[in-house]
Amino acid sequence: MAVRTMAEFVAAGEQPEYLFWVGCAGSYDARAKKVTIAFTKLLQEAGMSFAILGNEESCTGDAARRAGNEFLFQMSALQNIEVLNGYEVQKIVTACPHCFNTLKNEYPALGGDYEVIHHTQLIDQLISEGKIRIGKGMESKKLTIHDSCYLGRVNGEYIAPRSVIDHLQADVEEMAASRSRGLCCGAGGAQMFKEDEPGDQRVNSARIDQILETGASVVAANCPFCITMLMDGLKAKEKQDEVMVLDISELIVQSNDL
Amino acid sequence: MAISQIIFILISLVVFSLAFVQFGFVIRNIRLGRPEKIVGHTGWRWKNVLLVAFGQKKMFKRWIPAIFHFFIYTAFLLTQIELIEILIDGAGGYHRFFADKMGGFYTFLINFIEILSVLAFVATVIFLWRRNVLKVPRFFNAEMKGWPQLDGNLILIGELLLIIGIFSMNGADVLLQQIDPANYPDTGTLAISSWLGPSLFEGLDSNFLHIIERGGWWLHIMVVFGFLTYLPHSKHLHIFFAFPNVYFTRRRSRGEMENMPEIMNEVKSMMGLVEDTGAEMGEDIPQFGAKDVFDLSWKTLLESYTCTECGRCTSVCPANTTGKKLSPRKVMMDIRDRLDEVGKNLKSGKPEFVSQDSTGAKLSAQNYDDGKSLFDYISSEELYACTTCNACVESCPVLINPLEPILAMRRYDILTNSAGPGDWLPMFNSVENSGSVWQMPDERAAWTKELDTD
Ligand code: SF4
Ligand code: SF4
Repeated sequence: MAVRTMAEFVAAGEQPEYLFWVGCAGSYDARAKKVTIAFTKLLQEAGMSFAILGNEESCTGDAARRAGNEFLFQMSALQNIEVLNGYEVQKIVTACPHCFNTLKNEYPALGGDYEVIHHTQLIDQLISEGKIRIGKGMESKKLTIHDSCYLGRVNGEYIAPRSVIDHLQADVEEMAASRSRGLCCGAGGAQMFKEDEPGDQRVNSARIDQILETGASVVAANCPFCITMLMDGLKAKEKQDEVMVLDISELIVQSNDL
Repeated sequence: MAISQIIFILISLVVFSLAFVQFGFVIRNIRLGRPEKIVGHTGWRWKNVLLVAFGQKKMFKRWIPAIFHFFIYTAFLLTQIELIEILIDGAGGYHRFFADKMGGFYTFLINFIEILSVLAFVATVIFLWRRNVLKVPRFFNAEMKGWPQLDGNLILIGELLLIIGIFSMNGADVLLQQIDPANYPDTGTLAISSWLGPSLFEGLDSNFLHIIERGGWWLHIMVVFGFLTYLPHSKHLHIFFAFPNVYFTRRRSRGEMENMPEIMNEVKSMMGLVEDTGAEMGEDIPQFGAKDVFDLSWKTLLESYTCTECGRCTSVCPANTTGKKLSPRKVMMDIRDRLDEVGKNLKSGKPEFVSQDSTGAKLSAQNYDDGKSLFDYISSEELYACTTCNACVESCPVLINPLEPILAMRRYDILTNSAGPGDWLPMFNSVENSGSVWQMPDERAAWTKELDTD
C-alpha cells in the first residue's frame, strides 16, 4: 500500500488524522528505515489516516541545537514550522524520541504548536482499541527494555513501551538500571556525529554489559539512535548473533509475522 | 551584668556581623548573573519546597543515605528551638529560661531533641565511615581532592562536637539539679541524659560538674557560631539555599533548551518571515551563549552555591562513569569557584580588573575583565562529552540542573568562538544544505519504495 504525502492529501481535498514525522534516521539510515516500514505497516493495518511530508520534511534540528548551533536549529525549525503550519497539521506521530521532543517541547516557542505523540504511545493506544493484533511470535522469549533518554527521563514516558510489551507475553527481565535510572546509549547531545572524548570505554559498551547481564536475547528499544548504538556495541563484543535489538513496532510486526 | 554575659554578647555581635557580610557577598555574587524571569505558579513552587526541600523526596531514591541524612536534618531543625533558649540564657544570664515556664512541654521538647541527637550522632559516625573507611566512590572523583574532601569531614566533625556539647551540658545538669535545685530548675526525666549523666559524671564534685555543664554549653554555641560564619565557604550552604533553589525551579520542560529570541528573529528576517526590523546584527556580532558567570542565569549561580557536592549526578553520568573528564558536579563547583573569584576581585575594586576599553573607569561588573573566564575552569573536552541524557538533572536531590550551563557554554564555543569538534562540521553542513543530518543522494521519501518490496 502506498504512503500518501501531505501534498497529495491536500490535492484531494482531504486532511489526514496524523502526520507521520519520519525523521532523518527513519528516512535514510538503513536500520532505522526498517523501523519506519514496520510502523507504517502497523498504521496501515489499523486503518489509520496518516500522511508524511515526504521531501518537504527536513531535520528537526535537535542535534544542531544540542551541539550549540542555534542558528542552524532555528533555520531548520522555522522552515519545518512554515510547512507544518501551511498544511494546518494538528497531530504528529513520530518513531524518533529526539524528533518527538523537539517537535513537542521546542517548536511551540517558535510558533509551532501541535499535539505530538511518540509511536510507542500510539501503538499502545491502537492495541487497547483492538486495532492492532498481537501474535505469538515473541511469547516466552527473554526480553529486556532499554529506555531512550528523550522518551523516558526527558519526557517521563516509561509506561507506553512497557504496556505494549506486556501484550507480547515475553519473559521480561528489566535491567537494574532501568526507567529513570536507565543508562544512556551514548548518542544524544549530537554525540552520534562525533568521536568520543578519551575515556575507559564507550557508553554503549557499558550499556551492553548491563544488557548481557539480564541474559535477554531481545532488547526492546524505542529510538533509532539507541538501536544503532546498541547494535554497534553488540558487534564490538561479538554478541550480534546472540542478542537482537528491535524497535517496539518491529516486535509487534515480528510477533505477527506480518 | 556578669562578665560571661558581656563576652557572650560581644561574640554574638561579631559573629552575626561577620555572617551578615559573608552572606551579603554570596547574594551579591548571585545577582551578577543574567536576569531570568522565574515567576508565577506559587502553589506548585510551595509544593516543591514542601516535598523536595522539607520532605527530601528525591533523597529517598537512595534509601540508606536518605535515612541517615534525615536524622541529621531533623535534629538540626529541632535543635534550633534549643538554640533560642541558649541565646536568651547567654545574653540574659539565665539558666534554662524556658524550663519552669513550659514545664512538661519543656521536658518533652528536650527529650525529642535528645533522641534525635543520638540518631544524628549515629548517622554522623556512619557518614564519616562511608567517606573515610568505606570510601564510597562518589566522594573520590578528581574534583573532590583537597578542600572539598576536608570540607565534608569538617562539617561532620563539627556535627559530632555539637552533639557532645549538648550531652555534656544536659548530663551534668541532671546531677546539678539534685545538688543545687535553686539554680538548676527541674527538667524532668531526660531520655538520654538522665542515665548518661550519672553514669559518666556520678561522684564528681559540684564545681567540676558546673565546669562540664558550662563547657558543653559554650562548646555547643561556639560550634553553632562557627558554622554560621563557615557556611558561606562550604557546600553546607545547601541547608539554607536548598529552599529558595527548589522554590525557583524552572517550569520549562527538561526537553526544551532555552530559546534564543535574538537568533530566532534574525533567522526569521533572513527567511523573509517577518518585516526586517532594521535591527540587524551588524559588524559587531553580539556574544551568544555563556563565556563567564555574568552570562549564566542568576538561577544557575544560585544552584552553584546550593550544590552539596554529593556527587549523585556524577555517579550516574554516562560520560563520567565511562572514564571521560566530564563531571556534572565539577561543572557546578567550577561555576561557584569562578563566581567566588570574580566576586572577590570586584570587591577589591582594583583598577587592574577594569577592561582595557574602560581604563580609568571605576571597577564594576560591566567593565570587569581579569583575562579569565569559565573556560579556564571547564574545558571544551568536558563540555563536548555530554550526551544531554538528563541523568544528572534527574538525580539531584536539590533540583540543580548541570546540563543548562553545559549547553550554554557549548553555545558560546560554537556560536561566538566558532570552535567545537571538527567532526560536527559535516553534520552542520548537511543540515544546512540538504535538511538532513547525513548528506544522502536519495530523496527523503525514497524509503516508501521499499515498503512493498519488503
Ligand atoms: S546530561 Fe550530560 S552531564 Fe548530565 S548526566 Fe548526562 S552526560 Fe552527564
Ligand atoms: S549538582 Fe546536585 S547531585 Fe550533583 S553534586 Fe550538586 S547537589 Fe549533588
